[in-house]
Amino acid sequence: MQGIVGYGAYIPRNRIKVEEIAKVWGADAPSYKRGLMLEEKSVPSPDQDTITMSVEASKNALKRAKIDPAEIGAVYVGSESHPYAVKPSGTVLAEALGATPEAHTADLEFACKAGTEGMYVALSLVKAEEVKYGLAVGADTSQGAPGDALEYSAAAGAAAFIFGKENIVAKSIKTYAFMTDTPDFWRREYQYYPQHGGRFTGDPAYFRHITGAANGIMDKAGMKPADFDYVIFHQPNGKFPLRAGKMLGFQREQIEPGWLVNLLGNTYSGSSPLGLTSTLDISKPGDIILLVSYGSGAGSDAFIFEVTDRIDEVRELAPKTRDLLVKNRNYLEYGEYAKFRHKIRKAE
Amino acid sequence: MREVAVIGTGMTKWGELWEKSLRTIFVETALLALKDAGVDKIDSMYVGSMSSGLFVGQEHIASLLADYLGQTPVPSARVETACASGGLAFKLGFMEVASGMSDVVLVSGIEKMTDVNGHEATFALGTAADQEYEGYHGITFPGLYALIAMAHMEKYGTTREQLAMVAVKNHKNGAKNPLAQFPFEITVDMVLNSVMVADPLRILDCSPITDGAAAVMLCPVEMARKMGKPVVKVVGMGHATDTIALSSRKDITWLEATYQAGKRAYEMAGKKPEDIDVIEVHDCFTIAEICVMEALGIVEKGKGGKAVEEGLTALEGKIPVNASGGLKSKGHPVGATGVAQIIEITKQLRGESGERQVENAKVGMTQNMGGSGGSAVVHIFEKE
Repeated sequence: MQGIVGYGAYIPRNRIKVEEIAKVWGADAPSYKRGLMLEEKSVPSPDQDTITMSVEASKNALKRAKIDPAEIGAVYVGSESHPYAVKPSGTVLAEALGATPEAHTADLEFACKAGTEGMYVALSLVKAEEVKYGLAVGADTSQGAPGDALEYSAAAGAAAFIFGKENIVAKSIKTYAFMTDTPDFWRREYQYYPQHGGRFTGDPAYFRHITGAANGIMDKAGMKPADFDYVIFHQPNGKFPLRAGKMLGFQREQIEPGWLVNLLGNTYSGSSPLGLTSTLDISKPGDIILLVSYGSGAGSDAFIFEVTDRIDEVRELAPKTRDLLVKNRNYLEYGEYAKFRHKIRKAE
Repeated sequence: MREVAVIGTGMTKWGELWEKSLRTIFVETALLALKDAGVDKIDSMYVGSMSSGLFVGQEHIASLLADYLGQTPVPSARVETACASGGLAFKLGFMEVASGMSDVVLVSGIEKMTDVNGHEATFALGTAADQEYEGYHGITFPGLYALIAMAHMEKYGTTREQLAMVAVKNHKNGAKNPLAQFPFEITVDMVLNSVMVADPLRILDCSPITDGAAAVMLCPVEMARKMGKPVVKVVGMGHATDTIALSSRKDITWLEATYQAGKRAYEMAGKKPEDIDVIEVHDCFTIAEICVMEALGIVEKGKGGKAVEEGLTALEGKIPVNASGGLKSKGHPVGATGVAQIIEITKQLRGESGERQVENAKVGMTQNMGGSGGSAVVHIFEKE
């Protein structure tokens, strides 16, 4: 049996409130807060990027896994904000953790789904006994064009998972993937900010793939919404995951522990993986968890996990996700935020 | 001049039709109109479309659509007068049959607006305003109609609530229209608390961006009688213009083009406002419906808001306005709107409007308007 051996989260301290962004653009903050169900979002410091956050989250996962990093045979980093266009993030991460040189690594990109893609591959390699342990990270310092609706949600964070066959915290029960070619959101090479299809990102994109993957994995596993203790959907805004849950027949209580977006924003590749870390933080042995990611372009990966007795031993070994979310926050004004996010272009 | 009848209508569900292209939507509705009329050949066709070039990058659609309907080499013309393009297409189809040049004419309207994002759609619609005197200064249509609303409120005491009541009434009617984009009811509170667009207009005061088409078939009344079709006669037509820049008008609360078009249509039909049983008007914004009712003489100048509040224009009122749900609830694919209004009136006069049927409707009217009122087309119909 294979599953999660250790998990870890990282969220930067900085926050900016919806009101602060709306003030600058002359937008109506209450309608954004109501419409998107967002209060504030995380912002990386100027010296933080996908790699530094991946290292932080992976170190937390190692604390819980209690393994020798040299035994990690696969390192995957899923992100749409890899600091380099050419040069891997995974090598830096593996080196920082002490997982080199005997390891396979790859940087993955599939909009907000890249994190769970790495999880899917790492888990499969462990299952195939190609590697003893596999590390997968979903991390992003996501981009939203100034003044665009995306700017209210594009946030930063990372979640890391170490998969193995021994000392499992959550057993993998089933995996399933669902994807089509649906161009709802994209960024071409050399473009600074992504573009999106407005309302087209809803029904034909997010909802079709989330419900397709959720129904697919439940069919495959012979399970129904009531069989799950918790469910996590990708969280581009507050409203979408709640509506997806309603469409599929889940209750609000099943969604809430992993629903971080109102205070966190959309951490893209880190979004649903961070939801899984915060759900594991409060789960009990025997709990069944459904995770469904979503990446524009478009596709969803789905996983069913069953929490083991080991959760009680590891929970406190690293910072809990909710604590990272609500403790020690530092609020930014738009000017600082614009500088931190490199939105101000200086003369060469 | 020969008498002309509407003998067929075709319309499909309006909304965000992302699975269908411009030509598909057109062919679906045109085939329904041909089937309803019981003909398979036409002599000529007209298409009303405001801006297929900006919305889907396709001009020359008159021939394209004739081709995809399998009707080449019939003559086909696309006409444009902003949001009144559909009404204008109907006028030309009517003239062609009335003049004896053609017997069976297809008139359609179409717009596919959701293939572009909101900014591009706003820009495309904005080209119907005066670019040099309005557009270049940054104003778009919600802003222009907001100025009209402000002036109407200031001059006549029209209230914010009365504006909301227009949207509430139209959604109540639209809830009974299965082809409407937003077939559900709303409340005054919902309108007053919806997102602000341009003070005093909020999002629920504005008609939506819509994909949709509508088509009707015209032929001489005599031919319609021989075919055994229910005859809905075109008895009045008026078409007029006004300055397209709001700032050039003497009184921005008064829609002169609509007044002039209405006057000519009433004269041609030998009717007065009180003879009209059911009317479809161009409620692109809630304030527009109020101003149109005044310009058509349905209510006195300045009394439009009060009339809505008192229920005069409700489905069960003295003169039901926008039984279809209007542009607000049914949707507003700009080029298609004028033709869809004519479909609603045709169906009302035939007694085929189901839950939203206006009892004993014998005479109906449509008013279709371009821009902030720089063009207007009015038609009057009568059941034989």
